[in-house]
Amino acid sequence: MGVHLLIDFGSTFTKVLAADTDTEEVLGRAQAPSTVDRDITIGLRNALDRLYAANPVVERVPIERRMACSSAAGGLRLIAVGLVPELTLEAARRAALGAGAKLVRSYGYELSPESVAEIEATPCDLILLAGGTDGGDKNVILNNAERLAASKVTASFVVAGNRVVAGSVAQMLAAAGKHVEIAANVLPELNVLNVEPARAAIRETFIRRVVHAKGLDKAQQYVGDILMPTPMATLKAARLVADGTEAEAGLGELMVVEIGGATTNVHTICDGSPSQSDVLLKGLPEPYAKRTVEGDLGLRHNALTIVEVAGLQRIAEAFASIDNHSSSKPDFQAYAAKVSSDPSLVPQSAEQFSIEAALARAAVDLAVGRHAGSLEETPSWLGGTVRIQRGKDLGALATVIGTGGVFFHGRHAEQILSAALVSKREPHSLRPRKANFYVDAGYVMYAVGLLSDVEPAKALRIAKKWLRRVEA
Amino acid sequence: MQKTIVIGTIGSDCHVIGSWVLNRALAEAGFKTVFLGAVVPQEEFINAAIETAADAILVSSMYGMGILDCDGLRAKCIEAGLGKILLYAGGMLTVQMEVDRGWQAVETRFKEMGFNRVFPPKTKPDSVIESLRNDLGIG
Repeated sequence: MGVHLLIDFGSTFTKVLAADTDTEEVLGRAQAPSTVDRDITIGLRNALDRLYAANPVVERVPIERRMACSSAAGGLRLIAVGLVPELTLEAARRAALGAGAKLVRSYGYELSPESVAEIEATPCDLILLAGGTDGGDKNVILNNAERLAASKVTASFVVAGNRVVAGSVAQMLAAAGKHVEIAANVLPELNVLNVEPARAAIRETFIRRVVHAKGLDKAQQYVGDILMPTPMATLKAARLVADGTEAEAGLGELMVVEIGGATTNVHTICDGSPSQSDVLLKGLPEPYAKRTVEGDLGLRHNALTIVEVAGLQRIAEAFASIDNHSSSKPDFQAYAAKVSSDPSLVPQSAEQFSIEAALARAAVDLAVGRHAGSLEETPSWLGGTVRIQRGKDLGALATVIGTGGVFFHGRHAEQILSAALVSKREPHSLRPRKANFYVDAGYVMYAVGLLSDVEPAKALRIAKKWLRRVEA
Repeated sequence: MQKTIVIGTIGSDCHVIGSWVLNRALAEAGFKTVFLGAVVPQEEFINAAIETAADAILVSSMYGMGILDCDGLRAKCIEAGLGKILLYAGGMLTVQMEVDRGWQAVETRFKEMGFNRVFPPKTKPDSVIESLRNDLGIG
């Protein structure tokens, strides 16, 4: 039996999943509260005990491989530094998000002494330093490196700016005792985005440095390297499910919406170029695999913010569309306050499930609205109009996948996920026009992402088995 | 020293006559010009300016949608290491309706986008040449 043990050290829970790659079956899964502040291996041990208790066979079989990802201890906290906010800084931000990082701050142009002081005071694991196209501006990245070299910052650095001075920049930082990796420029030419090398360097730094700095390396004896931040695992899974492997087709262009307790992530795997004719594309090119994260939308810690941002009216509308039989008028604010003060609460009554779904629907609506591109019309000289697209056009994307507790435990998946589609409220938002909905019924996405590095074909089939089509 | 000027019609506009006339006038006035023709993307102006170590970029737009095509040019110049290069725009930069409403607003809009000088319709080449000489410090 080729059993793979796939582990996610989450901020709240440590999750384990045992997959038999010979039969392509999930043998079992379990979770226990994470114990990062004490000793990360305690939570892991507890999760494994639960896994073995429920699935005794897993304890007896030899484990072929153990693989882990982590978002514990604050995740991979990253500060992005670039030159022009819409250009190299935006490219750096996209590289960071795609690497699964938590973007804590970002800075454009030359760093002021105040900004450097702010960076010194911000808990941060990695600084991604960009600026200038290859052969372009050198001064700003050199000056910023000089200031950061002279600072008390202890974070690791990834330099992904103007190739001409990348060596000097790295040297300056290394001479000041900082750890530095060099990656290819995130914006080598003004109209070319190149985020993959920076993502790889961020991942490498995460494995080699960040994990140790956070004390997560105690788990290494058992699990080997912690291979990537958890959101990167989800993005890799999304990419595998979309693209498939050489031997087996995937589901095609898709979106994964991941609703957590504190954040909502949206991943799209698609080209994103205009799906209608006569549209002019503006702005930086978009990455094929794109992740955005909404730090204000989550079903537990940030449940109140969902109510605040969406407004009670919209939550009530969502609730009415889900729970169309009862005439109850629940107090959404009170429910949100309750779950945010006690994040371990799970819905019990039918009404509570409907409230959760209404909040989730609002979170999906907002998060996808922020992720999707937009189409704006401007009058042309000849009397007609010109349509300008900014961001990704998701119009033709036909698969939307939901993952996270609300889909695993909950109900009403169709009502939650349909909030991703085009709506009259935002006619200019380039959301999917219509889509098939799936839910991650086995909490397998992170595991599929981990497994995709070594057994992509098997990982794909396990994913397909556990992604359940939702019927309207 | 002879000053180098990159000139062309920007964006989706294929009306080349304005920049062609101006190009000729600049050459006759002793400038070294790099004429890029019509339908020129922003990146091409910048690459030509880097290659020729140009002193100014002059963009022409004749079809009324210049704002759309010119927005972001200064930002790209900054990334490309040309943060201080002179940028001029001219032609029929907006629809006539907006010109009628007042040139001041159009000029302000382009200056906010990082252009050093903005020229209204019917500007004569001489006034562009004079501005260039002033801005580049040549007699």
